[in-house]
Amino acid sequence: MAAPKRGIWSQIIRSQVWKSIFRHAVPKDTRGRALAVLNNVFLHLHPVRIRKSGIALGYTWCMGGLTFFLFLVETFTGLLLMFYYRPTLEYAYMDIVELGEQIPLGIMRELHRWGAHAMVISVWLHMLRVFLTGSYKPPREFNWVVGVILLVLTLLLSFTGYLLPWDQLAIWAITVGSNMARATPFLGHEGPGASLLKLGDVALVHAGDDARFALLAGRFVGAGALLRFYVLHCVAIPVVAAILMAVHFWRVRKDGGISGPM
Amino acid sequence: MEYFKAVINWITKPEILITASMIIFTGLLFTRKIWTPLWAKILFALGAVFMVLSMTDPNFREIVIKPDNVPIVAMLFLVGFFVWYGLYKGKANDDRMAQGLPPKEVEDNEKVLVWPNLVYTELICLVIFSFVLAVWGIGLKAPLEQPANPAESPNPSKAPWYFLGLQEMLVYYDPWLAGVVFPGLIIFGLMAIPFIDVNPKGSGYYTFKERKWEISIFLFGFVILWVLLIVLGTFLRGPNWNFFGPYEYWDVHKVLVLNNINLSEYFWVMLLKQGLPTQWWLREIVGFVIVGVYTFVLPVVLAKTVFKRFYLRMGPARFYIGALLFLSMVALPLKMYMRWLFNLKYIIAIPEAFFNI
Repeated sequence: MAAPKRGIWSQIIRSQVWKSIFRHAVPKDTRGRALAVLNNVFLHLHPVRIRKSGIALGYTWCMGGLTFFLFLVETFTGLLLMFYYRPTLEYAYMDIVELGEQIPLGIMRELHRWGAHAMVISVWLHMLRVFLTGSYKPPREFNWVVGVILLVLTLLLSFTGYLLPWDQLAIWAITVGSNMARATPFLGHEGPGASLLKLGDVALVHAGDDARFALLAGRFVGAGALLRFYVLHCVAIPVVAAILMAVHFWRVRKDGGISGPM
Repeated sequence: MEYFKAVINWITKPEILITASMIIFTGLLFTRKIWTPLWAKILFALGAVFMVLSMTDPNFREIVIKPDNVPIVAMLFLVGFFVWYGLYKGKANDDRMAQGLPPKEVEDNEKVLVWPNLVYTELICLVIFSFVLAVWGIGLKAPLEQPANPAESPNPSKAPWYFLGLQEMLVYYDPWLAGVVFPGLIIFGLMAIPFIDVNPKGSGYYTFKERKWEISIFLFGFVILWVLLIVLGTFLRGPNWNFFGPYEYWDVHKVLVLNNINLSEYFWVMLLKQGLPTQWWLREIVGFVIVGVYTFVLPVVLAKTVFKRFYLRMGPARFYIGALLFLSMVALPLKMYMRWLFNLKYIIAIPEAFFNI
């Protein structure tokens, strides 16, 4: 605490309030720098010390961190969009139109959409980097598995969000995508083996109770699908993804930090 | 210029594009001399010149500057750059190891403090990317089409762009395979990678020489079967999912002759000169044999012959799971070539049970 005795700034950082929030001085020595990371809930995701090779941009490409950052951007912008958007057939489309027309300088929808595209790309590149550096090798096998699930969740987040604007692009992309579920073996009414599941003449798997019906809450992309996708997009998948992200970061630390040569 | 466009339109036909890509990809993987910054700059410049010149064509421009397609164009350059960059760093390490030096990452193995070294890097990345995203958001309006109308389907109807590789698969395989089984196998296969790959080398540093097979197979799946098919589906698939060259007008009335024939017809009608048998199991017997041999006999043959050393190193469980995953991956290009060369529709076709392969 070798701050000059004069000036408003020194007054502030000597005050009780400031000291109650920031438990130590501006990091100037090794001890201070270690404390800066240890005493902060966000920074303590990191270790205090780290392999020099592991934090070179040329090694990590910053892609994992960028993916996490984009997840935060999507969460924040998505939350703001939720104030304006109502997931019903009568409101959905017009709410999106009004986002563009009524709100001065509104680029939240743009940030959300471009951030989503960017996140899909960054998560693929992160996977490519992890593969090329052999970072899935023991003891990190399980964390790679968690990463693959997170990759799938990223795609599902984007897919469920695709429907929400309720325009032609949305409804038909989801129609094409969800038509695949029709063909699920045994669980889709046009899938192989589904016709074998019968009780006498009664088909157990038909268009009104198969995998696609469960996904869309109906026989086609309609009001039920919109609400269902909205809930999945805003609550269910983000919660699961956040939990798995916590596991993912925790395991990075527990498996010996960012990978490096043994 | 018109001649040049005609050539490009011809090159981008799926059969030519995929064949050429596979040849170029294999060539690039094994000519390590050109993984240098100079060649990267040359290739990048060529790509940029191609993009700029192509922008003069109205049909090309119309599809490339669709706001939703901008990230895909960016992805093309990003994936190209990062694949090159990873291989370039791998080559640098391989050259070092050839001289008896350790990989570059070993030299930087001492520990440094996270504050300031890492935290500041993160902050700078965060600021730069926030800026990029803000500029992108201000410069490009998020698109919005006509209100959803279940009665009017647009032509072509496309899935979200990251699933277009799977949608492309639908041309060659039925939905239960292309939409359910193969995606499931992709996810399972990715998860299985750390448990199948028993090579202890290359953990924590870039290399190519020590992990030739793993890297080649992974990049083939990622670059050719995933990214290239997405690009194909985005830019070259138009109305009715027909192929259109990048400079071609998307004509809804383009008619293609579909004369695809099932294997059973090839066998019974054309070879044996008789009608199709009425029992489905007899009709499809050749298909069953082929699929059975491919799935169950081929892995065993491979284990005993070509891949014997892998089999010995991996053990039966890892080898057979890996072989099945690999054969499923190669099944897509194989079916593509059967379609292009012999107009083959299905190897096994049992419409009675929605079971077609």
